[in-house]
Amino acid sequence: MVKLDESHAATDPATLDGPDAQGHFGPYGGVFVGETLIAAVEELAEIYETLSADKDFWAEYDSDLKHYVGRPSPLYFAQRLTAAAGGAKLYLKREDLNHTGAHKVNNTIGQALLAKRMGKTRIIAETGAGQHGVASATVAARLGLECHVYMGADDIVRQAPNVYRMKLLGANVVSVNSGSRTLKDAMNEALRDWATNVDNTYYIIGTVAGPHPYPKLVRDFQCVIGREAREQSLEQMGRLPDALVACVGGGSNAIGLFHPFLKDETVAMYGVEAGGHGLETGEHAAPLSAGSPAGVLHGNRTYLMSDEAGQIQETHSVSAGLDYPGVGPEHAWLKDLKRVSYVAATDAEALQAFHQLTLLEGIIPALESSHAVAHAMKLAASMSPDQNIVINLSGRGDKDIETVAKIEGIVL
Amino acid sequence: MSRIASIAKNAAAADRKLLIPYLVAGDPNLKTTIALMHNLVEQGADVIELGIPFSDPSSDGPVIQRGVERSLTKGTTLQQVLDIVAEFRQVDAGTAVVLMGYLNPIEIMGYEAFVNNASNAGVDGVLIVDLPPAEAGELHDLLRENEIDTIFLVAPTTREERVASITAHCSGYLYYVSLKGVTGAALTDYASVTDNIAKLRELTSLPIVIGFGIKDAASAATMGRLADGVIIGSALVEQIAQLGDQELHDASDLKRTTAVIAAAREAIDRIEQDLCY
Repeated sequence: MVKLDESHAATDPATLDGPDAQGHFGPYGGVFVGETLIAAVEELAEIYETLSADKDFWAEYDSDLKHYVGRPSPLYFAQRLTAAAGGAKLYLKREDLNHTGAHKVNNTIGQALLAKRMGKTRIIAETGAGQHGVASATVAARLGLECHVYMGADDIVRQAPNVYRMKLLGANVVSVNSGSRTLKDAMNEALRDWATNVDNTYYIIGTVAGPHPYPKLVRDFQCVIGREAREQSLEQMGRLPDALVACVGGGSNAIGLFHPFLKDETVAMYGVEAGGHGLETGEHAAPLSAGSPAGVLHGNRTYLMSDEAGQIQETHSVSAGLDYPGVGPEHAWLKDLKRVSYVAATDAEALQAFHQLTLLEGIIPALESSHAVAHAMKLAASMSPDQNIVINLSGRGDKDIETVAKIEGIVL
Repeated sequence: MSRIASIAKNAAAADRKLLIPYLVAGDPNLKTTIALMHNLVEQGADVIELGIPFSDPSSDGPVIQRGVERSLTKGTTLQQVLDIVAEFRQVDAGTAVVLMGYLNPIEIMGYEAFVNNASNAGVDGVLIVDLPPAEAGELHDLLRENEIDTIFLVAPTTREERVASITAHCSGYLYYVSLKGVTGAALTDYASVTDNIAKLRELTSLPIVIGFGIKDAASAATMGRLADGVIIGSALVEQIAQLGDQELHDASDLKRTTAVIAAAREAIDRIEQDLCY
């Protein structure tokens, strides 16, 4: 048996029950927004608190996941990928098979129901790669809500098919030209919109970041991934998996897989950040693995890539969905608790895994998810064939084929 | 008594409204900021709010965002902002200086270092846009120990039951945000400002100043009637954007840039006379 990270065995289970009433996970999380938005986040926290205990609310959510999203998603044993890695068995949690092609919809379905219950008529969202924007536009279309998606001007160029998809779905895609013209700037602009239109607007944040209660409620909506995976593992392996692997940008797919297993001490967990050109180059999006200092951005305290003067640094990743300088506060806490190990995969490693999974299993993974595949294959090689690893295949890669072709000098 | 408190007290005794311009430190460069600060005092400023530039100013509108970008292009740091205050203080001991900004640069400098440096530089107050009272504990205590005022915002969306927790942490003056939105947006709802200020008066004896959406003499006079003072930011930063980025400017250029503040001074000084008729 490979020696997995043992330090987590000592973790006091109570420390895993966060956040507290003010949204803190240890020293992380909290509410750091302008006064204009305080009432809105407090109202959301109160309503979510009530609905958390409302069986009808969750019944409606479950029903939507089953009939609209197509859940449960399969847990698939990847035989040829396992053989190529040469070690532990690799299972894929197929979030790529969800409606809209990624895990993002688990969250937007839930938040759209919240918006409806709160009587909001207007939805806003930020997006990087466009997956969360598409998932938000999708639920807005279904509920007949007005939808505005903020997207960095550079990302709009990089992700043209998703921009058109959102427009087809009736959303207004707003180009953001400030700052680095990527995801973090789109989030700034969404916050400005929210402050301006706070009376009728619901802000669907796409990841487990932002002011409390977002990190908690997005996690709760994504936990369906881990609950299913736990049940499917027991069914297919006859026991719990030995390790879980998921990519981490903001970290919503990872927390969704990890959270229902946190108190299972025998299950090791690996969050794989975007190593970009390599941690040593500084050109990456891996605040946890690079050990960035704690800072405050977009409503919460977390590990954050800022320079010595406290300005937020530009990040780099081949995958737009991981290209974010911060990370969800619960991940920051799980790192400090040593319950989850955070590592990085470089652009090159992710691209290699992208091709391997495509060729060996006939599954084209999102570049984001390819980071998880890359690390899981390394990990598997260090483990024995009677051990099992679950990889969260958080999204499908169709959106990325132009990016990959361009990198490899292929003209489509 | 803090410098801000005594300025406010003297102003109240003289029926004078406080005039508080905001500018981004280092926009277009450090030397010009200092020259502008002295010029603003000549035009009638009582307190100067000096913006600490931050890469992600999510409560600010496009005008101030661009000012912040101009400053960051020059590499302005929080330490340099504090140095500006120290240099200003060597000449001017009467005007209060409030630092306004976002938490992260302060978080990275470290609370103790920040408060010590701010105190040594002669900073009178600190307003951190994304730091509500509930999260402010440690920094707040350090600032108060060093006799630096901690200024907080009240917004049109602030619930009445929350106001007490804000005023309990607030000193110097209470900053009322006149509109739902970001800095520089257009002010539309005069009636709700009137109502909300009246309610705040019942809850606090702190001086109340109004900001966001005040862009000229007319809006300064309108808002000045309701409060103890007004803050003008975007309208000034828009003028600063017209200045070239050389370090030395003709007195006439500086005066033209700050003319909006002179006009506001004149307009709010007329309020008391008007009320007498």
